[in-house]
Amino acid sequence: MRSILSVKAAAVLATCISTSTASAQDVEVLHWWTSGGEAAALSVLREDLSESGYGWVDMPVAGGGGSDAMTVLRARVTAGNPPTAVQMLGFAIQDWAKEGALSNLNDLANEQNWSTVVPSALQAFSTYSANWVAAPVNVHSTNWVWANSKIMAELGIEQPTSWESFIAAMQAAKDAGYTALAHGGQAWQEATVFDSVAMGVGGPAFYKAAFIDLDSDALGGAQMVEAFERMETLRGFVDENFSGRDWNLATAMVINGEALFQIMGDWAKGEFVNAGQTAGEEFKCFRVPGSDGTVTFNSDQFAMFKVEGSAAEAQLAMASAVMSPEFQVAFNIVKGSVPARTDISDEEFDACGKLGMAQLAQAAASGNLFGSMAHGHANTPSIQNAMYDVITAHFNGEYDAATAAAELVTAVELAK
Amino acid sequence: MTVAAQENIVRTSQSVRVGIYLALIVFALFYLLPFGIMVINSVKPLIEITEGNMIALPREWTIDPWLSAWSTAQIGVEPTGLRPYFVNSIVMALPAVAISTALGAINGYILTKWQFRGATLIFGLLLFSCFIPFQIVLIPMARVLGVLNIAGTTYGLILVHVVYGLGFSTLFFRNFYAAFPNELVRAAQIDGAGFFRIFWRIMLPSSGPILAVCCIWQFTNIWNDFLFGASFASGSAAPMTVSLNNLVNSSTGVREYNVHFAGAILAAGPTLLVYIIAGRYFVRGLMAGSVKG
Amino acid sequence: MSMNLTTTDQDLKTRLQNWLPKIVLAPSFGLVVFFVYGFIAFTLYLSFTNSRMLPSYEWVGWQNYERLFQIREWDIALNNLVIFAILYISICTVIGLILAVFLDQKIRGEGVLRPIFLYPMALSFIVTGTAWKWFLDPAIGIENTFHLWGWQSFSFDWIKDRDMAIYAIVIAAVWQSSGFVMAMFLAGLRGIDDELLKAAQIDGASNFNLYRRIILPQLRPAFLSAFVILGHLAIKSYDLVIALTGGGPGNATALPATFMYSYSFTRNQMGIGSASAVIMLLTISAIMVPYLYAELNEKKR
Repeated sequence: MRSILSVKAAAVLATCISTSTASAQDVEVLHWWTSGGEAAALSVLREDLSESGYGWVDMPVAGGGGSDAMTVLRARVTAGNPPTAVQMLGFAIQDWAKEGALSNLNDLANEQNWSTVVPSALQAFSTYSANWVAAPVNVHSTNWVWANSKIMAELGIEQPTSWESFIAAMQAAKDAGYTALAHGGQAWQEATVFDSVAMGVGGPAFYKAAFIDLDSDALGGAQMVEAFERMETLRGFVDENFSGRDWNLATAMVINGEALFQIMGDWAKGEFVNAGQTAGEEFKCFRVPGSDGTVTFNSDQFAMFKVEGSAAEAQLAMASAVMSPEFQVAFNIVKGSVPARTDISDEEFDACGKLGMAQLAQAAASGNLFGSMAHGHANTPSIQNAMYDVITAHFNGEYDAATAAAELVTAVELAK
Repeated sequence: MTVAAQENIVRTSQSVRVGIYLALIVFALFYLLPFGIMVINSVKPLIEITEGNMIALPREWTIDPWLSAWSTAQIGVEPTGLRPYFVNSIVMALPAVAISTALGAINGYILTKWQFRGATLIFGLLLFSCFIPFQIVLIPMARVLGVLNIAGTTYGLILVHVVYGLGFSTLFFRNFYAAFPNELVRAAQIDGAGFFRIFWRIMLPSSGPILAVCCIWQFTNIWNDFLFGASFASGSAAPMTVSLNNLVNSSTGVREYNVHFAGAILAAGPTLLVYIIAGRYFVRGLMAGSVKG
Repeated sequence: MSMNLTTTDQDLKTRLQNWLPKIVLAPSFGLVVFFVYGFIAFTLYLSFTNSRMLPSYEWVGWQNYERLFQIREWDIALNNLVIFAILYISICTVIGLILAVFLDQKIRGEGVLRPIFLYPMALSFIVTGTAWKWFLDPAIGIENTFHLWGWQSFSFDWIKDRDMAIYAIVIAAVWQSSGFVMAMFLAGLRGIDDELLKAAQIDGASNFNLYRRIILPQLRPAFLSAFVILGHLAIKSYDLVIALTGGGPGNATALPATFMYSYSFTRNQMGIGSASAVIMLLTISAIMVPYLYAELNEKKR
């Protein structure tokens, strides 16, 4: 009886159930760009593809900076039904390539000369054992300070060029009753600040030794202790209510003239622009003092999963569209980031965008372009999160600087 | 103690009653508060929200956030609003609730009226399955759905919800039927009624209250599920909670809190409705057996 | 062990009737054995492998368990679970009981109040998370509101305080479930035989004694059901923490469920994540199995 019932139910359902199975000429795209501006940027790509006759099956999964999307991806791959392309960050691409799950894009890449236009620090993520497996969309650089011009003018603050003048500027703002540093107390935001601070303390060599090579001496050494001490100094400049605050609410504090500075990646620019402000006028952007000349980055890429037959053709079309200069410009102007190709004109970008593009090219040429630890571009997720644990615990007062450095060594060891 | 006119057995003085009313009202306010915040802020323009006073009434009332959340908010690359996903959730939740409730009812009937060796153990195993943390089943479940070729479809999601809803639905019906007089079943049997006939003619007609409890419980859990929905049916088959999450948890963009709140209330609409309409049956159903053990 | 309704008739039809229940029960049983116990076994197996991003089958013995207990966050998560579960279960029970007793006093407007107490259970924290976050946030929430109303010294910043944040989470959790517990107790109260109470009252029992001696003991099944439901909600609590604090400040509000998800899926250490899941399951069994055993054996009388 029950079986009859359920067969009937199934038959009724079959008429109205939708499935997300993509047909051959479609690309199925898993991503977490769901906010208005991001989605608008992405639909540029969708339209490109539809002009060439390829459909777009959208599979957005927001939350946790992509971690929910990665869980979904695992379910999809385990089910033997991977999406065509997946928005992905840093080491995740390498992990999937290691599993043999990604396509080989070499033919297209050679034809279009990707290896000469994409900085090699980025290629380290887009390729696996010399094969292209992903198409980079953008480069976000993370070591920016966003500043309120009005407060700077009012207090006579010049753009700080050293750590000391940076602190002095914040002290002046604090004395004048402003929040000196707008900050949101979430692990990744604290790590973002720490990233720049550590770069400022020890320079590129230290950054590489500690966060990329995981050298215990660097992780637990005097420079790391100093970096943690600087975090304590910064802790003195944030307001009482920082804990758990979303990054964009911290940005809003700078926009509304409650706070002087925020240390945040270049996606913060979108908030200023949306509030009707202009780069170089109402707000200023400059590198975190001490980290000038270096750029820590993260890069959104579309990792291409192994698909069969004509789906593979659609996949190549998508990869090609992603790498086209037109898309890279259109997308990155909306997103606040800079193109992953360094051969593109900066004409259409605003002051901060132009600065970002110039500095990216410079850092790439001088070997000072590094993957951001805070954004999973320096090491694997397990190490990255182990570092988060220590950095956020220290920032919230659980450890002093020396203990934090020691804990960092232990935590990294356990996560290896 | 005043001589009260109430028929209640436990008599209470007038002052105690005032106290009781006060306490109930305070609690009611506490329970209403978060939802109240959501409603108030869903009818404000965004600018009034970012100014900061969340409990203040709107200076300017607007229903734009609601319209936006329902039909034009950006969920993925297309500004579809929550509307299409609402349908997905309905198409997924109704069969899942119906099937798991039907199975629970017949299981409860067997486990109480047709006991056999090992029935208690089987019930124990079914019941313990309520306690499995869902996170651990994601990967093996994905594999099974892949093998069955229903990964990423509403069918797959229905299967998952039926399987993990069985424990509770069986529990509800078993406890309810345990209190059902065996004599009636025996009498029917003597009259020649068979297994299904007894269930259909004798058990089911008196199961109204517990059917209500079970359906409310299953519907709420299934409708509110996010983990399974995101993992096994994202994309165009995604349920409401997944799309709501896409709406409110967008990572690096402007947050339209008023639209988020409107969307959240829309997403919660069906479960709220079920609780408000069926709430009285809920207590009645619980009364009729499931908490009597 | 149990009464079988048909012991005399042994014709073919009856024998079929005897098999029928088992056949009908079999699919449910099979589904649960496979999808629950099979998957638990799989998790147990994974906890002894070096699985990282995807399951792997390389045996590493007890290594994951050794690492698990060296990770500070796991300690925090376990401690938090103890604090959370005890407070959550007891406060929900007390509030639920009080509300049920109050509502049972022939209250005018019960029809309005009951759904108000009950509705939070209908909402997931994906829906109410932002509202709660705001409400508990001192800068925009309840503290700020009282300041605006002129009570300047009022302070409520638990959510921002790493020692108190877990208690703030308890508040939200109690808000969600206590009305449900109320419904269970209310059902229990309505099911009590009035004659019994009348008799006690004639004997001169005070209200307090009436409740303590007669009514509460009769609510035992309701207490037990409430305990089972609250216990399983406490152990599975995940959405709540993610929505309210994301585990912060620092790691102060991590719970085993968030730990397990984070290690299995975010940090690509599925082996350790599985080990933590096994420990969780063992904890659940340690509490539930004796309870189930007692309950089920008692039923048989």
